[in-house]
Amino acid sequence: MDTGFYKAYKKYDNASRAIFENIRPRDVARAISSRRLSTKDLVALLSTDAEPHLEEMARKARDITLRNFGKAVQLYTPLYVSNYCSNECVYCGFNSSGDVERKTLSLDEVREEAEFIASTGLKHVLLLTGGCRVEASVSYLKDCVKVLKEYFSSVSIEIYALEEDEYTALIDEGVDGLTIYQETYDEEVYGKVHLSGRKRDFRFRLDAPERAGIRGMRTINLGVLLGLAHWRRDVFMLALHAEYMQDKFPSAEISVSVPRIKPNAEGFAPKYAVTDANVVQMVLALRLFLPRLGVTLSTREDADFRENMLPLGITRMSAGSTTAVGGHTAADSNAAQFEISDKRDVREIMDMLSSKGYQPVLKDWVG
Amino acid sequence: MTLKINGKEEILEKEMTLTGLIKDKGLNGRNIVIECNLEIVPRQTWGKVDVKDGDSIEIISFTGGG
Amino acid sequence: MEDVLKIGGKEIKSRFFVGTGKFPDKAVVRDVLEASAAEVVTVAVRRVDPDSSDENILDHIPERCVLMTNTSGARDAAEAVRIARLAKAAGCGDWIKIEVINDNKYLLPDNKETIKAIEILAEEGFTVLPYMNPDLVDARRMVDAGAAAVMPLGSPIGSNRGFRTEEIVRIMVDEIKVPVIVDAGIGAPSEAARCMEIGADAVLVNTALSAAADPVKMAEAFSKAVEAGRSAYLAGIPERIEEASASSPLTGFLR
Repeated sequence: MDTGFYKAYKKYDNASRAIFENIRPRDVARAISSRRLSTKDLVALLSTDAEPHLEEMARKARDITLRNFGKAVQLYTPLYVSNYCSNECVYCGFNSSGDVERKTLSLDEVREEAEFIASTGLKHVLLLTGGCRVEASVSYLKDCVKVLKEYFSSVSIEIYALEEDEYTALIDEGVDGLTIYQETYDEEVYGKVHLSGRKRDFRFRLDAPERAGIRGMRTINLGVLLGLAHWRRDVFMLALHAEYMQDKFPSAEISVSVPRIKPNAEGFAPKYAVTDANVVQMVLALRLFLPRLGVTLSTREDADFRENMLPLGITRMSAGSTTAVGGHTAADSNAAQFEISDKRDVREIMDMLSSKGYQPVLKDWVG
Repeated sequence: MTLKINGKEEILEKEMTLTGLIKDKGLNGRNIVIECNLEIVPRQTWGKVDVKDGDSIEIISFTGGG
Repeated sequence: MEDVLKIGGKEIKSRFFVGTGKFPDKAVVRDVLEASAAEVVTVAVRRVDPDSSDENILDHIPERCVLMTNTSGARDAAEAVRIARLAKAAGCGDWIKIEVINDNKYLLPDNKETIKAIEILAEEGFTVLPYMNPDLVDARRMVDAGAAAVMPLGSPIGSNRGFRTEEIVRIMVDEIKVPVIVDAGIGAPSEAARCMEIGADAVLVNTALSAAADPVKMAEAFSKAVEAGRSAYLAGIPERIEEASASSPLTGFLR
């Protein structure tokens, strides 16, 4: 049965191809001048017709961002605890068929990583694993969270999709954030890039944010991996998904990421090119459509681009990132999931933010 | 028998059904609801329900309202 | 595409709802409803007074109208539920405006009791439209409880003080998925138009009509104002922009 977001998804899935073709230049003007944007306005802002209007959109996005978030950017860093994976995602460096060195951190190693990250002053950490439910089991993750809670006020997870009860188990240990990317909202493409493993189940992943929301997850970050499918349609669905989550869980903080595929151990080449201007356009459209949406920009993007994106609606950034298991402390780092572009450490990112008049936020609630 | 109709005590000389009561009051019965001891009495049964001593009866209809 | 308002499975063309209370002469109600083409009309229940020759209000309401019984007089949820059941038994349909007031000084509604009444009546199959103090969280609770629409007040009942709750109602319009209908306090057509301009789905007016020197003319004026406001909303009123021109372009880095 079509329930949850899938129902809304189905309604637009077929229509979204045609919907972009019916946009006229005047729709873009209307969308920019509206206070509250409709779905059609969103399409207009994501269309090629909006491309000449980026500066206008940017000014409005900046004003909305200032109004809703001030000049504050929340910082976090990823902590990879395992890269074992039972999924075959063609774009990923941890792909189960890939020939990378596999590792799962012992709890002592997790503690070492935590100590190092905590010494940088960060209070938010994002716990990551591959898609292996055996190597990185929920009970192992609970133990990891116990350790991390000694060092951090906020622990988020970016792991395989869980059942409701499993989300509750982790929330009870102190997890307050979930990051889970649909990767692509094009169900057909999704099937083609996820060759095997549990992640092949499109619906189970699509409903994961809702399962977490039902169990009281405080912050939920959705995302698409740009380059797998047509970005305009993917970002359109991402925006609708975020809107659905905001409506359904008014007390949760919903945010999105729009990472571009980076070179990795697999040497996967993105099928669709996504330019800097495209990323700017989608972030602006997201900001105008959902004024209180958080937007995360990771170190996949380079330093200059990240700085230029700041005023356009970015509310969260990673810093001092590594995508290798135990990469914060290990001398000889093992394989990375993907390549980091902005290699600056936490201090450098904080200095950069301060010099631009932004306040780096390390901890945004008592916890 | 003594009963309460719309909050006022009234004495009825003879036995009657709810239909009889409505007629007795000079009402035409359209868009009227009768509540007997806080229970709504379905219109179809008005002719079969006798009023009893001690009943509290409300006869309600519509008026202008915002 | 035709712009229709859907409530409880019914399609409503006129977004001007009319209350029938306090008209000096009941016969004028029909003229008011004809002049304004209103479709949703509120009535109240009361005890029959056999000694008064008071006419039946329903005789003055055209067939095409949807009757919505107001639970006015209810001081808590239980009383509101009782009135709703009476209205249904009288054959006046299942649209109920829940109005629970236990504050006689300002006549402001009790949202908490209202929510309790919605739960019970929605479960029984009524189409429930709660009159409420504007509040986003309570409105969400009302929708969860089964409200078919929410009706925040514009200012205190009968005060004709206008649309004083605009800031909160605007938020409700943005966030609430069921229709938002501004009820109470609207004193002039311009205020009704304003409600519609910000996206309210309908406006319910009573006192401004019944207290007007010419209620029929006033009903016509309101009807036009509601339509005008709705059209403006659909046309998309451009947002006021602080014309702070950026000293340097924000997207210059793309070139």
